[in-house]
Amino acid sequence: MTLLAIENLTVQFPTRHGPFTAVKDAVLTVEPGQIHGLVGESGAGKSTIGAAIMGLLQGAGHITDGTVALKDTTISGSDEAAMRAIRGKRISMIFQDPLTSLNPLFTIGDQLVETITAHLRLSPSEARDKAIALLDRVGIQDPRTRIDQYPHQFSGGMRQRVVIALALSSEPEVIIADEPTTALDVSIQAQILDLIKALAEEGGVGIILITHDMGVIAETTDVVTVMYAGEVVETGPTAQVLGSPRHEYTKSLIAAVPRPNRKVHRFPQISYGGRATRFDIDDLASNWPKSETSEAPLLEVRGITKHFSSNAAILPWNRRYFTAVDDVSFEIRQGEVFGLVGESGSGKSTIARMIAKLYQTDGGEILFNGKSISESADSTYRRQIQMIFQDPFSSLNPRHRVADIVAEPALHLGAIPKSEIKGRVEDLLEKVGIGADAGSKFPHQFSGGQRQRIAIARALATQPRFLICDEPTSALDVSIQAQILNILKDLQDHLGLTMLFISHDLPVVRQMCDRIGVLRNGKLVEVADTEALFSKPQHAYTQELLSLMPKTDLLSDAALD
Amino acid sequence: MISFVLRRILQSVIVLLTVGLVAFSLFRFVGDPVENLLGQERTVADIERVRDQLGLNDAFPVQYFNFIKGIVVDGNFGVSFRQGRPVADIIIERAPATLELAFVSGLFAIILGISLGVYTAINREGWISSAIMTLSLVGVSLPTFLIGILLIYVFAVELGWLPSFGRGETVQIGWWSTGFLTASGLKALILPSITLGLYQMTLIMRLVRSEMLEVLRSDYVKFARARGLSQRAIHFRHALKNTLVPVITITGLQLGSIIAFAIITETVFQWPGVGLTFINAIQFVDIPVMATYLMLISVLFVAINLIVDVLYYIVDPRLKSDASSGAN
Amino acid sequence: MSAVSAFLSSDLFYSFKRSPVAIIAFLVTALLVGGAVFAPLVTSQNPFDPATLNLMNGFSAPMQPNQFTGDTFMFGADDQGRDVYATILYGMRISLFVGFAAVLLAMTIGITLGLISGYVGGRTDTIIMRIADIQLTFPAILVALLIFGIAKGITPPSMRDEIAIWVLIIAIGLSDWVQFARVVRGATLVEKSKEYVQAARLIGRSPFSIMARHILPNTLSPVLVIATISLALAIITEATLSFLGVGAPPTQPSLGTLIRIGQGFLFSGEWWILFFPAATLLALALSVNLLGDWLRDALNPRLQ
Repeated sequence: MTLLAIENLTVQFPTRHGPFTAVKDAVLTVEPGQIHGLVGESGAGKSTIGAAIMGLLQGAGHITDGTVALKDTTISGSDEAAMRAIRGKRISMIFQDPLTSLNPLFTIGDQLVETITAHLRLSPSEARDKAIALLDRVGIQDPRTRIDQYPHQFSGGMRQRVVIALALSSEPEVIIADEPTTALDVSIQAQILDLIKALAEEGGVGIILITHDMGVIAETTDVVTVMYAGEVVETGPTAQVLGSPRHEYTKSLIAAVPRPNRKVHRFPQISYGGRATRFDIDDLASNWPKSETSEAPLLEVRGITKHFSSNAAILPWNRRYFTAVDDVSFEIRQGEVFGLVGESGSGKSTIARMIAKLYQTDGGEILFNGKSISESADSTYRRQIQMIFQDPFSSLNPRHRVADIVAEPALHLGAIPKSEIKGRVEDLLEKVGIGADAGSKFPHQFSGGQRQRIAIARALATQPRFLICDEPTSALDVSIQAQILNILKDLQDHLGLTMLFISHDLPVVRQMCDRIGVLRNGKLVEVADTEALFSKPQHAYTQELLSLMPKTDLLSDAALD
Repeated sequence: MISFVLRRILQSVIVLLTVGLVAFSLFRFVGDPVENLLGQERTVADIERVRDQLGLNDAFPVQYFNFIKGIVVDGNFGVSFRQGRPVADIIIERAPATLELAFVSGLFAIILGISLGVYTAINREGWISSAIMTLSLVGVSLPTFLIGILLIYVFAVELGWLPSFGRGETVQIGWWSTGFLTASGLKALILPSITLGLYQMTLIMRLVRSEMLEVLRSDYVKFARARGLSQRAIHFRHALKNTLVPVITITGLQLGSIIAFAIITETVFQWPGVGLTFINAIQFVDIPVMATYLMLISVLFVAINLIVDVLYYIVDPRLKSDASSGAN
Repeated sequence: MSAVSAFLSSDLFYSFKRSPVAIIAFLVTALLVGGAVFAPLVTSQNPFDPATLNLMNGFSAPMQPNQFTGDTFMFGADDQGRDVYATILYGMRISLFVGFAAVLLAMTIGITLGLISGYVGGRTDTIIMRIADIQLTFPAILVALLIFGIAKGITPPSMRDEIAIWVLIIAIGLSDWVQFARVVRGATLVEKSKEYVQAARLIGRSPFSIMARHILPNTLSPVLVIATISLALAIITEATLSFLGVGAPPTQPSLGTLIRIGQGFLFSGEWWILFFPAATLLALALSVNLLGDWLRDALNPRLQ
């Protein structure tokens, strides 16, 4: 019997410009013991479905059409009291961020016992025994001691286990997991997904797994529903949908996922919803200053080191330091893309900032074109290096107009006479596919992908030789990521730009880089050509990182060839 | 815990010494103490003698040290220029009136402020809440002295129910004179307490409301709702406790400022407290009284701060378990 | 022109149009400020020019012809025959001038120290914020009283009335900068971590130009809210100080001074000498506060 059935669900939010339809005519079913993946890019309406099932829509959002049924009972449209009897009791929810999901002022035992006694007729001591059993079940060591601890005494992964224990405490029939692993490191992500799989298999719980990550879908779910702009575009068994997608959107989505096991020349641009925009590289290349070709490396990093103080004590002898970058050396050749990979805190961004002269080095030196950057004239050096940042929502000043943003580096560094700047800015905006009239608008009028194009235009305005890309796509949806990566590849091919490409995402790095350096705790553990690194990793840490990459074997390769 | 408290006490002492320095500089440089003591008929020899007596010829740090030593060891705050009596005596005589007034209005402000704040946060949409919120803005916009005048006009002049000034009859217990034990004393307390407490109550109420709304938007409250906990458990167990952490700090400071705001209330009601003494001292540039008032009020504030920090430490488990957090 | 149309289509203006409270508060504020600014044009009498006064008009009740002169005053006249309506408008000029100037002073100090504290960080930050914390422990009114007391102690008596207004502005301004500094520092810390600041540092912009050109414009919405609420607070503080007799001198009375004078006549039945200035003060403070309250909600992205 179907456990949870959603029929023609439509959810609207009233706004200043009329009602906004977040979900339209969605259909979805969950069977006992099944993991149903709900995948889509940001704004697709997947989290709204989760909230609508729970009756926890934000603000004035409401279901305008359709039903949600749990077994034989229709639960949508129930009053608050009836919903409370279902919410948490028969349907539970797991949120994205385990650091904020638990009340910091209560022990986890308090929170568990409170939830258990709210739903089951148990005495306090029975509830406590059950709480200990639950903690044991979700894999928390020594539950008898840890039950009396506060959330801040647990690590992120352990807290997500506690959150799952809380979701299980009423013995629910359905669990809705909304991006349950997005905030976690890769190694912990795998453990939490295993736990969720075990709940479905052993407990017969039906699970809706909401995620943007195709890798998570491929590895975890039985059935998948793909959403785009509030509508369900395709649904079916996971292997079938991923292996032979029928809908154009699904095809474009799958084609945009970077594969860990092969390098593509360019991501196929299957345009859907008119979002792919042209990038006019040939025209740009004809006006680009020819860079001298030489065999000497463009950038040499020699034994650089950086310390940070970990507390701001006023007395010097009370200060503590840790080493963020420890004696790192590498070189980047003319026209090459060099990748730096590592987990958060490995020091990769710190290295980029030292190269960009945002931080001083505490030891070692950096040579650009054979000259130490601490000695070469500041503006000459800065004109030749530019940077593309991670988050296009924070890298453009919201109070400045786009034209001013793009013009600022070139003007400030004197790369172009003031009289010519307007023409160059309009030209660049045209070429990156935003259009010259964008110059008079403000950043908030653009989407994430468009903003990243503006950021690229800004970086190109000084006609640099060297580009630092610091996680340039990790804040973007996968289809936008494919577009931006294609642009960066074009820049490198046609303009002969040399790049430092920083990422935590190995499949992306494989698509982009010629050579890769692996960082761990501030030390460079391995440097190798990309193909050699992926086929024969030398260092144990590199091997471990590679083994944690998502398996995308299920995904269709059709569009890539 | 002990090292935490010790560190806070050390900081408090530094703050007090700084305030002492300000007070001493007032004493020393604002107006000429010699002129204030000697009046019109004086000779150069007189001035030199008095300067010597007062230690004004010593080096500045020595003078400061003697000033602090005089206060700590002998309770010597100097002599009022205007009344010619030791300042310590004046303050002790006046303190009970101010403290009783502050106590009653503080209690009034906290109890009513927290309950109304919680009520308006939980029933955010209701018309009673909107009415309370609008009224509270009127409360913030009404200067304390106007509230006092208004209350006097209605309840003392027109209705004649309550006295318009003074403390009524007081009973002497040792050096403390209390108005709590007589009917007229209690009656006299009502209007000044409301006047003084109303503004603080409005502030506390608005603070509790906004903090609570913030907490109600947090992920852990959303998760508690998703777990199907009752409204009661969410509001009064989860939200209220988390609201109290920031509220404690600011409420502590508010209570401190009640003593300072008492200056206004005491002026309106001619309440014979320390505030009235202070305002008179400012009018007549009576530096020793000003300096003493400043120092006493800082001692009070520092003490309140210390208590607030300790309370904070008790309520928030994140502060005390640094030692045991390595257990992951 | 485009700035005007951009404003008219902005969310802020939309929210303003939909809030009757905000509209009324704005109109009342505009009316009062306008009346004060154009006081000489909308009153027939300068109440502080003895030549225009007639003592016979003393204690005229509102809207009733004076029994000796036959003159009628809308809000009545005070003991010296001054038109209460005119004294209010002229008094409000002092109140508003002191209020605006004090907020400007507090804002300048607060924004500068807040930006430096947040952007430079480290020991500079620790020192500035420690001073702010200590000052915050003391209520604004007490700090203002102390500054007033000190100023009174170090200036010769003959100059006291002349400089009283400036002392008031400095006292209130210095007692209120902490709010601005804290808010700007908090916003600066948030903005500083954003990548557009790194982008500006990347091309070698100086710290001063990053603070002024990049960070400052992004901290202005909370500053606007604080400034509005501070204006109401400054007007109230000024009135309170004047009421306590340590503010504006009787030769240049503010609303607070008028209330202090009027209080003496309340018990003898001449209620209007107190009532109208008090009502004006309340209307002014309340409408500015309502505007501040509305601004806070309208500019808070979380509530939308």
